[in-house]
Amino acid sequence: MQIYLPIAEVSVNIFLLFGLGGLVGILSGMFGVGGGFLITPLLFFMGIPPAVAVATGANQIVASSVSGVLAHLKRRTVDLRMGTVLLCGGLVGAALGVWIFNLLKQLGQVDLLVRLCYVVFLGIIGGLMFIESLNALRRSKKGAVPKRRHHGWVHGLPFKMRFRTSGLYISAIPPLLVGLSVGVLSAIMGVGGGFIMVPAMIYLLGMPTKVVVGTSLFQIIFVTAFTTMAHAITSQTVDVLLALVLLIGGVIGAQFGTAIGTRLKAEQLRIALASLVLLVCFKLALDLFLTPADLYELGTGGE
Amino acid sequence: MMRALLLLLLSLVALPLRAEEVVMGLSKDSVNITADFDGSEILIFGAVKREAPIRSDPPLQVIVTVAGPVTPATVWRKERRLGIWVNTDAVEIDAAPSFYAVATSAAWGDVISEVEDLRHRVSVARAIRSVGAPMNIEDSQSFTDALIRLRESKGLYQQRPNTVELRDSTLFDTAISMPANIVEGEYTTRVYLTRGGRVVSQHASVIQVGKVGLERWLFNLSRNQPPLYGLLSLVIAIAAGWGASAALRALKSG
Repeated sequence: MQIYLPIAEVSVNIFLLFGLGGLVGILSGMFGVGGGFLITPLLFFMGIPPAVAVATGANQIVASSVSGVLAHLKRRTVDLRMGTVLLCGGLVGAALGVWIFNLLKQLGQVDLLVRLCYVVFLGIIGGLMFIESLNALRRSKKGAVPKRRHHGWVHGLPFKMRFRTSGLYISAIPPLLVGLSVGVLSAIMGVGGGFIMVPAMIYLLGMPTKVVVGTSLFQIIFVTAFTTMAHAITSQTVDVLLALVLLIGGVIGAQFGTAIGTRLKAEQLRIALASLVLLVCFKLALDLFLTPADLYELGTGGE
Repeated sequence: MMRALLLLLLSLVALPLRAEEVVMGLSKDSVNITADFDGSEILIFGAVKREAPIRSDPPLQVIVTVAGPVTPATVWRKERRLGIWVNTDAVEIDAAPSFYAVATSAAWGDVISEVEDLRHRVSVARAIRSVGAPMNIEDSQSFTDALIRLRESKGLYQQRPNTVELRDSTLFDTAISMPANIVEGEYTTRVYLTRGGRVVSQHASVIQVGKVGLERWLFNLSRNQPPLYGLLSLVIAIAAGWGASAALRALKSG
């Protein structure tokens, strides 16, 4: 069955969209990533204009994140205090990112920059996570006691706050900075930023993996809500009908994803996420390096 | 008085030239884009009005065109830089129809001459207007060709020779199919009668393509009240997220 999308002005198969939403929802619940890095390129392939795909992706992520957070709240795996601190940084970063994005748009080549951003970030994060979690998995198999988190420079900074749910007593500056930089990147790349946020929380802030997912989802809700409003007002490219179909699949998927996530071991969870990130990175890199089927392409500028 | 006389004189002079005149009809003069819109087919038919007996040589031919709203378009060309494919050159095409279909009653070369095509802008290539390419681009024609190729692959540009059925040089009909990805606006339908490659008569009509119902309402809201539209999409998203989680909990406990 086909459905005509009023803002995207294309007609697509409703079941394909539904399935896509469901798939991304499962990932979102399992890993605490919004799934934007996956949904946006997949929407491109379905023939939806990139501007609409990016803006609508943000709207869809709001829904699946709300659903995911509710499931995590019930398990008490959301650090609301940490989430709020991250969010403060995130909103400032997102505003900054939108500004940078518009600046780059005037210079042209924004499309290429977004793709390069994807390849570089997905590559670095996926690679690091993969190696780290592989080592962790090998250690736990040998039965060795995991190393105690060491106290580094992060603990010497002022403005210390107690984050009870995470079992941390650290300065508010590193989470603020993490939030800020993820905010910038998410606005440029048109994603929630969970796939950067999750590793940053684990490796930079030393938060326990179980808390990381819920907290990340919590702050993604607000950053993507902000992005949705920004797109709706400035570029008018949010397609509510497209979002609705995606999110019906998404919210159902998120519930299953959360259930699967709690059953897997933390190391396995990390290795699965790392493989997925690397896979998407590889696909995007291939598009950049391989000779395209058609050297010409229609720009969206004149339309 | 003078003017009326002049008009009468002109019409007398014009009459022999307009010995054959085309009249046309459409199966529908508006296309409604609804939520389940999946393209549309329009039947275009008509007849040749004449007062003199039918001439058989050169044979009468019919061309039917449907043109969507005209907009500018940008075509990019990629080039390999440092191993990566980058958009390097761009040509702004001043005016290109968003949809263009040409159906003819015979092979293209038999229905219209090059000169007449140039005058009436009938073929796809002539319907696109590209005034000037940037100085550094020499082969601007290849960009126009690319635009035609890309839109043809999406079914937006159609060249269909031998698809107009012409009976006894008098009645004709053809069907033009519009894909689902057409844009809103006025679609101009033209019928040309030709003899020996020359246009002897033409007639134009307009098909309105527009969204209706929910589609119309959402589109207008997003354009006229963006903050409200943004809020609406957020409320729907949050409600759906909360609803799904509540529904699943009820399922598990019940």
